[in-house]
Amino acid sequence: MPEVLKAPLVVEFPFTRSLGPVQSAFLTGLREGVVLGVRAADGRTLVPPVEYDPVTAEEIRDLVEVAPTGTVTTWAWNHEPRRGQPLDTPFAWVLVRLDGADTALLHALDAPGPDAVRTGMRVRIRWAPERSGAITDIACFEPFDGAAGGRPTGHDGRFDDMVTGIVAPARLDYVYSPGRAQSAYIASLSERRTVGERCPSCRKVYVPSRGACPTCGVATSEPVEVGPRGTVTTYCIVNIKAKNLDIEVPYVYAHIALDGAGLALHGRIGGIPYDEVRMGLRVEPVWSEGGRYPDHYRPTGEPDADYETYKEML
Amino acid sequence: MRPLRDIAVVAFGQTDHRRTSDELSEVEMLLPVLHEVLDRTGLQTGDIGFTCSGSSDYLAGRAFSFTMALDGVGAWPPISESHVEMDGAWALYEAWTKLLTGDADTALVYAYGKSSPGSVRDVLTRQLDPYYMAPLWPDSVALAALQARALIDAGETDELALASVAARSRASATANSHAQLRGPVPQGDYLVRPLRTGDCPPIGDGAAAVILAAGDRARELCERPAWIRGIDHRIEAHSLGVRDLTDSPSTRLAAERAGAFERPVDTAELHAPFTSQEVVLRKALRLDDSVRVNPSGGALAANPVMAAGLIRIGEAAARVHRGESDRALAHATSGPCLQQNLVAVLEGDAR
Repeated sequence: MPEVLKAPLVVEFPFTRSLGPVQSAFLTGLREGVVLGVRAADGRTLVPPVEYDPVTAEEIRDLVEVAPTGTVTTWAWNHEPRRGQPLDTPFAWVLVRLDGADTALLHALDAPGPDAVRTGMRVRIRWAPERSGAITDIACFEPFDGAAGGRPTGHDGRFDDMVTGIVAPARLDYVYSPGRAQSAYIASLSERRTVGERCPSCRKVYVPSRGACPTCGVATSEPVEVGPRGTVTTYCIVNIKAKNLDIEVPYVYAHIALDGAGLALHGRIGGIPYDEVRMGLRVEPVWSEGGRYPDHYRPTGEPDADYETYKEML
Repeated sequence: MRPLRDIAVVAFGQTDHRRTSDELSEVEMLLPVLHEVLDRTGLQTGDIGFTCSGSSDYLAGRAFSFTMALDGVGAWPPISESHVEMDGAWALYEAWTKLLTGDADTALVYAYGKSSPGSVRDVLTRQLDPYYMAPLWPDSVALAALQARALIDAGETDELALASVAARSRASATANSHAQLRGPVPQGDYLVRPLRTGDCPPIGDGAAAVILAAGDRARELCERPAWIRGIDHRIEAHSLGVRDLTDSPSTRLAAERAGAFERPVDTAELHAPFTSQEVVLRKALRLDDSVRVNPSGGALAANPVMAAGLIRIGEAAARVHRGESDRALAHATSGPCLQQNLVAVLEGDAR
């Protein structure tokens, strides 16, 4: 069995999210150094605020200001901060019930060690030096034993220049492995061969094989070399130039049934004017120097294949 | 309320759960398990009335990843099929409702997850509220640790008691050849205090499959079907700061609606990936020491994400099949700190 392939795979994306009226007021407030909650139907003040009452599901909009000081309701000591977390030195995760609120907010507490943290301890917000209207405008909490400072002013949640959206970047790192069957296919390509697998039940040859026959639902394992020549089963003419793709338009993109394969692969057709490509055209792969898969397919010069020979693969 | 039809779990299969399985694609990992349940019932893929699966694109790191796994169930020509981006226990719930409608008499339910390609602690942060929580990247262990601390502060457990949950689970798992962690496992250092390595589930890859059948079809396919007497799932507020982390009202309500409190159960398979969560669930489900909890070792012995909840139902059903249980409770969870909970009650025919 060839070596199973592995490669790093990074999935990274910025999610652009719009905010409703309550979240907009809350995050704008953080930018301005004001913490807002929302009054629920039962009279509780929810911080962070939500748009719908957690008990009655009624829409709620009644914003009230709470203090930047509060009490830890539970905590957990995080001695090895991970990427993206609020602090890069050891810290405590905390749920904090701010003074004036009835529910707790999740954030980080900057403390010298676990012995300095306990449920019930008093803390206050440490604001980030630069604020944009995001939960990270709270840099973290810090221990607080002074008199209650920064009393609420009774802010009603109306600000100039409201924050209406956030961009939440996300990044996840993987080590991707395509598994046994696809590794074998990719390994064969490195020798400029195309190897598929035969279904033990219906005898169809899958290329590339994913290790299972989707018709019979059984594992495939018998390797079968196919091609290199094949037949164009269907095609389209591409008139839009793809970004970062150095191919002149128009060009032809086709399904190609390699000789001996039970289904068609995708590939570009070259070496022939685009308007002369046709179903049944016989083609062969063209490899570029150092290429890891065929760059394109060109006509072999053979007579066209009879429709009956490839109609099952359309 | 009595269901419209009698529906039972008639077969269960699972992989040997392992830390990594990078020599196998998801469908390659899944195929032997699918064949195990088909062989057990004598059914072929074409005989199955409805197929439903649970998995997650965030684990696979690619979009529509479940479509790849469909090769394993013979999805050509087209079949009646559905997918949930959740644990397979919720796929089983969907399949159960499908059988209730009478549109199908048999269903294949499967679930799989490979945690090895990514960092599952980071991956799970992406299921959190994207405005207030996800930007802080609180990982799954950290959130469970906040819940554990709340329980300790409330006097409901302590670190020693949590360690004994871990030890009991992994001792039970010695009888489970599929488990990833078995026998004496060191409690280890703090991962996020107060949780130590031993309080947390192993990270691993695995898959599971179940076949459901209705009425007489179930009796034909299985000597002692595990009848689903009730099944229900409930959710509570997403925001952790709104919830009482020492309790699980959603589990209690789901159990009530599933009929769990009507008569005592002899076995409970609980989906508690963290030791502290077993404390919460035992209280919510009113389980006393007369109930055998997690004879399989539970999620502390093997926690293939997206399959671990379905495995709880499968393990409970398998005990009914083998005559080791007459009335078993199975529980599955999803989301941070037991946010969503599903409870099923399974019974065997009187002997």
